[in-house]
Amino acid sequence: MIEIVDVRKSFGALEVLQGVSMTVNKGEVMSVIGGSGSGKSTLLMCINGLESIQSGRIAVDGVDVHATNTDLNRLRQRIGIVFQQWNAFPHLTVRENVMLAPRKVLGKSRDEADEIATKRLQHVGLGEKLDVYPSKLSGGQQQRMAIARALAMSPAYMLFDEVTSALDPQLVGEVLDTMRMLSSEGMTMIVVTHEIAFAREVSHRVAFFKSGRIHEIGPPEQVIGNPREPETVEFLKSVL
Amino acid sequence: MNYTFHWHQAFEALPSMLAGALVTIEIALLSMLIGIVCGVALALARNSPYRLARAFAITWIESARNTPALFQIYMIYFGLGSLGIFVDSFPALLAGIAFNNAGYLAETFRGGLRAIPPTQVRAARSLGMSAPQAFRLIVLPQLFRTVFHPLTNQMVWAILMTSLGVVVGLNSDLTGVTQQLNVLTFRTFEFFAMAAVIYYVLTKVVTLTARLLAARLFRY
Amino acid sequence: MFETDLTSTDLLFMLKGAGVTLALTFWAVLGGTLMGFVFGVLRASAASWVNALLGAVLDVFRSIPLLIQFILANSVKSIIGLDISAFTVACVVLALYTSAYCAEIVRAGMLAVPATTRRAARSLGLTWWQDLRHIVFPIALRVALPTWTGLTLGVMKDTALVLWIGIVELLRASQVIVTRIQEPLLVLMVCGLIYFLMSFPISRLGAHLESRWREDD
Repeated sequence: MIEIVDVRKSFGALEVLQGVSMTVNKGEVMSVIGGSGSGKSTLLMCINGLESIQSGRIAVDGVDVHATNTDLNRLRQRIGIVFQQWNAFPHLTVRENVMLAPRKVLGKSRDEADEIATKRLQHVGLGEKLDVYPSKLSGGQQQRMAIARALAMSPAYMLFDEVTSALDPQLVGEVLDTMRMLSSEGMTMIVVTHEIAFAREVSHRVAFFKSGRIHEIGPPEQVIGNPREPETVEFLKSVL
Repeated sequence: MNYTFHWHQAFEALPSMLAGALVTIEIALLSMLIGIVCGVALALARNSPYRLARAFAITWIESARNTPALFQIYMIYFGLGSLGIFVDSFPALLAGIAFNNAGYLAETFRGGLRAIPPTQVRAARSLGMSAPQAFRLIVLPQLFRTVFHPLTNQMVWAILMTSLGVVVGLNSDLTGVTQQLNVLTFRTFEFFAMAAVIYYVLTKVVTLTARLLAARLFRY
Repeated sequence: MFETDLTSTDLLFMLKGAGVTLALTFWAVLGGTLMGFVFGVLRASAASWVNALLGAVLDVFRSIPLLIQFILANSVKSIIGLDISAFTVACVVLALYTSAYCAEIVRAGMLAVPATTRRAARSLGLTWWQDLRHIVFPIALRVALPTWTGLTLGVMKDTALVLWIGIVELLRASQVIVTRIQEPLLVLMVCGLIYFLMSFPISRLGAHLESRWREDD
């Protein structure tokens, strides 16, 4: 379970998170929608401790992320994150990209890591591309590789930060398919996305962000299908 | 013009000159090794939050880049004498070139580090890698590629700089050996022309090897 | 209290040496830039075999220690009995050496001009020379100038090697004083300071030009 309680976060004078609270339960898919600069991506960075917070509390399975004695490297093994820019490691092959963290962080043997990587890459449909370098892949393939790389750590949670925003339109589908598959397998996911239709289809709940606050949160039929807040209505009108 | 060339003398001296070339390569390689280690340290110190570390790095880098290499060798060979430290010509030459290499390479490494997007480290950290792990496994290999070509150039420079040893009395490297032969025979042109050819071959070997190595190492 | 045998006469002697360093640098960079410009334009525009041949010849100057180039030039001078000063020999060698680097800078600058830009210029009816003069050179200059200032600094430092053929420039002048007063560290520090004062303004100028032109783009 991920608990977020009254979190505030500023970059200098700009307060990007102004008291955000929400809880994501085991097996739940939570989509976060909202305009750019509304603080959605920052929240994900805070959840796995890539960014600090000014006040409030974020706990993952009861472990306080921002407590000084928390072993972040350990915590991050339980939380996979995929970024908008896929951040493939260019000097490693697709297989090596996925093998690296299991070997160096989890201490698995080369063979074990290879087995994990092959399995994960086949899972996301890259079984044919194991030994090519990322520069030879399309954006969609690199993004699927990034998903496999995060999954190879067997995380309990997956965070997706606008993973299709930087992709050519015709490549968006393959990445969404991969995420759809994960949600059907029961993965707990927080998905920051601009793909409203996708959010509606896969999420258990949707949170609408505006100016660092959650304005509306609830099942997709409500937030997307029948929004109560005027801000949500306005936002949906602008994107649909 | 009433000068007769005596090439056979130069050819007879070829073995001892080649032995000198080995010393030249040895100095160049050692100076690169030390220069790389110090250069990385200086690049990191240059970006460090500690003022003293930054000041130290800037002083080193700027004096290495803004004064002649021969001056730097003089500083070690003659200058340290004022502090009661007397350095032989071989270590003085080696230290001088290494000092120079480190100054130039520090800037190379700094530029290389800037060329690696910070999101690479972020991605590595998000997989649970520690900061040193991310540096070693993600940053360093990519840095190596961007600095490989400048590193090769610096190696060529290092070989050329070894010729300065003769000015502080080194007689075992290629230029030193050549100068000794010159003093004995006064066949200046023949011997130094031979030395020039050997230096040319050495630098070509370095650049060609580097090109072959790069093709093998960087397949991405 | 700090005491030294370094006199103002010694300092003047060193400054005179610095003058020689600057004079050598000036002639080397002047001659080297003129020759380098011609070589560079040839390399970027002439037939490929001219380019390759010229490239290989110029590469020799960059692959042999400058010290040995001085020694060879000096010995050639005595072999053919030329009656010129060591200073002239040094200037000629340094200018050739500089031209080898400058040619690369000019060539790289010209190649940085996109072919489409040049095609556009020619399609407007500009002649080959007009295209070079009004389109290519102005663009190439921006690319080349920062590197060129770097080359100038490099040449200034390389002039120190002429001490081997008997010219008293800054470093040699310092060494003479070191031998006399036996205070190497102090004298060399002063010498280093003079080098620094000579090269720092040029390097700041280069950095300034580079950053200003980057903003314009």
